Amino acid sequence: MLTDLLTLAIGFATLCVVAAMLFCMVRLLLGPTAQDRVLALDTLWMCAMLLILMLGIRFGSLIYFEAAVLIALTGFVSTVALAKFLMRGEVIE
Amino acid sequence: MNGLETLPAWAAVIVICLLVLGGAIVLIGALGLMRLPTFYQRIHGPAITVTLGAGAILIASMVYFTAAQSRLVVHELLITLFIMMTAPVVSMLIMRVAVYRDLRGRKGGFAGEGDVYRQPTTAQDRPDTK
Repeated sequence: MLTDLLTLAIGFATLCVVAAMLFCMVRLLLGPTAQDRVLALDTLWMCAMLLILMLGIRFGSLIYFEAAVLIALTGFVSTVALAKFLMRGEVIE
Repeated sequence: MNGLETLPAWAAVIVICLLVLGGAIVLIGALGLMRLPTFYQRIHGPAITVTLGAGAILIASMVYFTAAQSRLVVHELLITLFIMMTAPVVSMLIMRVAVYRDLRGRKGGFAGEGDVYRQPTTAQDRPDTK
């Protein structure tokens, strides 16, 4: 019975994160300014990392952890590069 | 097959509570990002996604793997530490970008979105200099 509840909870959390990614996608597509789009993209990276972590819980495998680490690192670097580009006009000066 | 059946009851209860909490908070944060009217309000939405939502799901993952493998599995602490270090940096950078672009846009006569950062120019805008 607890196993069913656990499966249900994982399904609920996955659904929530996927809906959050859809909302971020809406903001990314119709955000009025460029900084809105950067913020939505950063949140999208974070939601993707959480989704991969939850897939790791669902399938009981530790391999998903490394994909989550990679996504977190790449998301940070891409957001910093985009913010730097919006601020200065070029990424590496 | 997955290892959901062999999980002890206490760990299952903790993982269920943390997953439901984390999923709901992530959803609330993204809803705030989508629904709030101006950029300076919208930047507060993902903050709870990054701190409380991600924290709850990461702790759930730690508890799950610790109980499922009967040994201490805490390498999700790496992601937690990384997020706690980089989230303020990212939000500060985006905030500076927004302020910079709004002020630059106003100098050209364009009334942008960020009316929070209106600079007082005339005398009636400054009530403290009477």
